[in-house]
Amino acid sequence: MSPGRRFAGQGAAPGIAIGPAYLWPRRGQAGRAVAAAGSCRGEVERLSAAAAVAREGTREIVRQAGRTLTRAEAGIFEAQLLMLDDPNLVGRAEEAIRTGGLSAEEALERAGAECAAALLRAVPDESWRARAADVADVVGRVLDALAERPGPSLPSFDHPVLVVAEELLPSDIVALDREKVLGLVTQAGSPTSHASILARSLGLPAVAGVPSACELIREGDVVAADGASGEVVVGPDPVEAEDWRARQASRREWREGLRSRAHLPAITTDGHRIRVAANIGTPDEAETAFLNGADGIGLFRTEVFFMGRASLPGEDEQCGVYGEVIRCLAPRPVVIRTLDAGDDKALNLVASGGRAVRLAGGRSSQPASGHEDVFLAQLRAVLRAAAGAGEDGRAGVRRPGEAEVRVLFPMVANLADVVAAKALLARAAAELDARGVVRGEVKVGLMIEVPSAVALIGLLLREVDFVSLGTNDLARLTPGPAEVAIPTVLRLVAAVADAARRAGKPVAVCGELAADPRAIPLLVGLGVGELSVAPPLVPEVKEVVRTVSRREAAILAKRLLTARPAEGGTGDG
Amino acid sequence: MAEARVVIRTGGGLHAGPAAALVAEARRHACAVTFACGARAANAKSILEVLALGVKDGEELLVRAEGEGAEDAVGALARVLGEQRGRL
Repeated sequence: MSPGRRFAGQGAAPGIAIGPAYLWPRRGQAGRAVAAAGSCRGEVERLSAAAAVAREGTREIVRQAGRTLTRAEAGIFEAQLLMLDDPNLVGRAEEAIRTGGLSAEEALERAGAECAAALLRAVPDESWRARAADVADVVGRVLDALAERPGPSLPSFDHPVLVVAEELLPSDIVALDREKVLGLVTQAGSPTSHASILARSLGLPAVAGVPSACELIREGDVVAADGASGEVVVGPDPVEAEDWRARQASRREWREGLRSRAHLPAITTDGHRIRVAANIGTPDEAETAFLNGADGIGLFRTEVFFMGRASLPGEDEQCGVYGEVIRCLAPRPVVIRTLDAGDDKALNLVASGGRAVRLAGGRSSQPASGHEDVFLAQLRAVLRAAAGAGEDGRAGVRRPGEAEVRVLFPMVANLADVVAAKALLARAAAELDARGVVRGEVKVGLMIEVPSAVALIGLLLREVDFVSLGTNDLARLTPGPAEVAIPTVLRLVAAVADAARRAGKPVAVCGELAADPRAIPLLVGLGVGELSVAPPLVPEVKEVVRTVSRREAAILAKRLLTARPAEGGTGDG
Repeated sequence: MAEARVVIRTGGGLHAGPAAALVAEARRHACAVTFACGARAANAKSILEVLALGVKDGEELLVRAEGEGAEDAVGALARVLGEQRGRL
C-alpha cells in the first residue's frame, strides 16, 4: 500500500489526532434564502429582533467561555458582544434598509463586509484576519437568527472525527463536542487566529493554513494531523496509521494524567514542593481555580471591583467578595492585592460619586493624603474577611486560622512605601477593634515589580512576610528588546530569590513567566517556591514542575545567568 | 473637555480583550469619547472603530472626552488601560 498524501500546514494547537474526516459545511450554504425585502419598517424590525437573539446567544457563549477559558480568551467573545451593539454594523445595516430598500440579510451582509474591509485597511497584517473572522462570526449569528435557525446545527457524530473546514469561527470552536472531535484541519486561518487561540486553550489539536484541504480531503478519509509541526497525512498506510495512533494515545494519556493529578501537589523529582496557585480577578475565577487544583490564590487583583462603577464598593461589599473567594479555596491561602495605587502615569483615578478621586500621587503606593479612606476601607474589608466575618459582620462558616489570608501591596518602590502601607493596615485593624468588629490576622507581602525594589530587596524583606514577583511589569520597566530583557528579568528574579532565601521568606512569581514551560525550571532552580498562573493553566504548570529536578535546574540557571552572550548575538544585557 | 495620553502595553496591542474592556467602559459614560492614535481616530464606543485603529504595543493612545462627566470618563478609561497593562 502506498504511503499517505502529505500536506504541510501551520501548527495551530499542539496535539496528535488521527481519525475519519468530517467535512464542515460552509456557513450559510445550507438554505440561506435571499429574502425579498419586505416593508422597510418590517425589515428593520426583523433585523433588530435578530440582533437581540444573537446578543443573547453571544452572552451565553461569554458565560460558558468564562468557565473554560482564561480571561484574555473570553475577551474575544466580549468583543463580539460589543460588535452586535456597534453603530457601524447593525446601525449601518438599518440605514441601508431605509435608504436602499434592501432586505435585512442583504443589508447586514453588506455592512459586515464594509466593517471587515475597514479593519483590513487599517491593520494590513496578519492580526486583522482574527478581527475580520469575529465580524463574520457575529454576522453569521444574526443571519441565523433572521432565518430563525437555531444556529449552525452542530453535526452529531456517532464516532470521533477529525473536522476539516475552510475556516472555523471562534463560536464554532467553543460549541464543538469535545468527546467526538479529535482535531481540526482548516484551509484558512493561522496560529494567530482567534479560532487557533481557542483550540489551544481547549487542548484541541489543530492545523491551519492547509491549502485546498476541503477539495483534497473527502468525507471519511482517514486523516492524521500533528498540531505542533503542522504535518497532515491523508490516507496513511497501516504501519504509518498505527504509529500516529500510538502517538495520539500517549498524548491523551499525558492529558488525562494531567487532569487526574491536577489536585495533587507539584513535587520536583528531587522532592521539593512547589506551590502552583492561580491569578484571578473575580470570584467566578476562584471556582475555576479550585476546580483546576490550584494550591491557593497567588494574586487576587481587586481593581476589577473598582472599575467602571458610579460609586466605590464599600467595606461590606468588598468583605463579602473577599470572603467568597476565601471560602471557595479554604483552607488554601489567598493573596489579596490592594489597589494598584502607584501607576507611573499618575492617572489612576476611580470615579467616585461623579467626582474623580486620585488614589495616589506619583509613583509610590503611598496614598495621597485625604484619599486614605479608600485604602482603609479595603484593608478593613480584607481583615474582616480574614476572620470569616460575613457582610453583616457575623462570624462566617470559616473559623480564623483555617485559611491563611495575605495582603499584597503593589508597585512598591522604596522603604517609605512599605512603612506607610503597614501603618495603614495597623490603623485599619485598630478601627475595627474600636468598633468591636471581629477581624482576623493577615500576612503582609510586597509585589516586586519595579527595578528599584529589587535594589532594596534586603531592606524590604525585613518588613514583610513574603514577596511576589510581577515579572510582566519588571520586563516592561527593563529597557531593551525582549531577548535582552528576559535574561535580565531572570537575573532580577535571581537577586530577589537569593535575598528571600537568606531572609527565610517565601518568594512567588505571578507574571506570565510563571506559566512558560521554558522558564519554569529556571524559576524553580532560582528558588522560587510558588508559581501563580491563570486558573486553566494550573494542571499543566504542575505537570511541568514534576519533571524538574531543583538541584539540576539550579546549576542550569546559574550557568545561564553567568554565560557570556555570543559575540554578535543579542546578548543578555 | 478632558484628555489623557496613555502608552499601550497589553502584550499585543489593542486586540479583542483589551479593546472590549475599553469600549464597555466608554459606553458607561454619557459624554462623547474618542481615541486617537497617530492620525487615526475612533469613536470609543464602537468596538469596530477601536479595533480598526490597530494600536500596537508601545504606541500612544490619546483619550479625549467632551461633555458632562468628561473627566470621570477619561479617569475611568485610564484606569481600565492601567489594568489591561498589568495583566497580572
